[in-house]
Amino acid sequence: MKKWFAWLAIAASVLTLSSCGYNDFQAKDEATKAAWGEVVNQYQRRADLIPNLVNTVKGYAAHEKDTLEAVTRARAAATSFQITPEVLNNPEAFNKFQQVQGELSSALSRLMAVSENYPQLKADTSFRDLQSQLEGTENRITVARQRYIASVQEYNVLARSFPTNITAKIFSYQVKPSFTVENEKAISTAPAVNFGK
Amino acid sequence: MPSFRALPAFFLSILLAGFLQLAGAQDFVAVPAPSSHVIDQAHMLQEQQRSALDQVLAEYEARTGSQIAVLLISSTAPEAIEQYGIRVADAWKLGRKGIDDGVILIVAKDNPKALRRLRIEAGRGVQGSLTDAKSKRILEDVIAPHFRQNDYYGGLAAGVSALTSLLDEEHLPAAEKAKQAAAQDDNGWLGLIVIVAFLAVFFGVLLLVRRRPRNNLSSNDWGHTAGVIVGSILSDAIQNRGGRSGGFSSGGSFGGSSGGGLSGGGGSFDGGGASGDW
Repeated sequence: MKKWFAWLAIAASVLTLSSCGYNDFQAKDEATKAAWGEVVNQYQRRADLIPNLVNTVKGYAAHEKDTLEAVTRARAAATSFQITPEVLNNPEAFNKFQQVQGELSSALSRLMAVSENYPQLKADTSFRDLQSQLEGTENRITVARQRYIASVQEYNVLARSFPTNITAKIFSYQVKPSFTVENEKAISTAPAVNFGK
Repeated sequence: MPSFRALPAFFLSILLAGFLQLAGAQDFVAVPAPSSHVIDQAHMLQEQQRSALDQVLAEYEARTGSQIAVLLISSTAPEAIEQYGIRVADAWKLGRKGIDDGVILIVAKDNPKALRRLRIEAGRGVQGSLTDAKSKRILEDVIAPHFRQNDYYGGLAAGVSALTSLLDEEHLPAAEKAKQAAAQDDNGWLGLIVIVAFLAVFFGVLLLVRRRPRNNLSSNDWGHTAGVIVGSILSDAIQNRGGRSGGFSSGGSFGGSSGGGLSGGGGSFDGGGASGDW
């Protein structure tokens, strides 16, 4: 009788554990971290492209000083913003991250618009290559952001729906911030890279 | 308990239904099944041209293991070709798992200028040689000049050969399909022998233990535990075998003249590549 009860207790605890979603939280939390890592990685890739790009443009359009400086400043601001894993659980830091990257995006798009006025610059092979790398990286950022949004969505559904929200309360798993629609507009305006047919 | 457990599933299904409706409402162009290496939904090629290209790419896959596909559609509207492209890439998963050596060349013939008409989706593993800049050059300098003269076959053939020669520069692991297939069979047998040996030992020990007078657990429990353990081992083994053989099933890519089907090996894409126009 006692043995029977012990087995039942084990079975019950296994059931409870699987239904409270503790393990799901672990898996989805890691998935969002991995997706976030990719986002950061791609933004970094973009930041790494900028010094070369600025130098190339400078060679042909040195008197576009303001635009060039704006890009350099925005890049400095974006790279100096410390990206710790806490950014993911802190909506304010997350917004700040979006803001600095968004500013860099718009500075870059101004630079690209300005470079349209310099036919020699546009014909330069290394500028063309940098342009396509930038364009590719902007697309990578978009893809990484979409994947992050999807993984956060899965996580947040788990954190907010019953009964797993109780587990979330107990272990203090909070709803994670995601790229929202309003700043989606601001941040996802990719530099207008036009290859001018 | 069961009714509680069903609740999240219920909410999820409501959410899912909502999203499905949303997706349906926006009417995105469907991703076709990867039925061959060259899919021509825009009728840009004659059948012999299509199968010739298909054969080149099927042979390239058999020789190197890398998967390159060409998708010709009429339009990706309302999406830009990049958005459509990454959906195709995620659906097809071209390239070998872990090597990620898949490439997709997409042409959306009637796309408006803003959405772009040419796209190369480069797998993560080929971006060392097939950089964004190289992808762009293939689109603009190799394919576009042919397309401007309505020579679609010439453009695609030149583009494909540019892609293959760039991929050859990448030091990717050699194609090992034949070897792997053989090794896999061996592994399977080995695995079965190990399992059988393990079971023999396990039941032997079990019998020994059961003979002891001071046995804490009743025979019924032992039988149950043994059943659970054996069951999980067996199902694991079966799943492993299934998973492994599934990963490399590249359809009929060996199939000679017709070129044969295409089946992604599990490669991943990050949106790298380039878009262009002609």
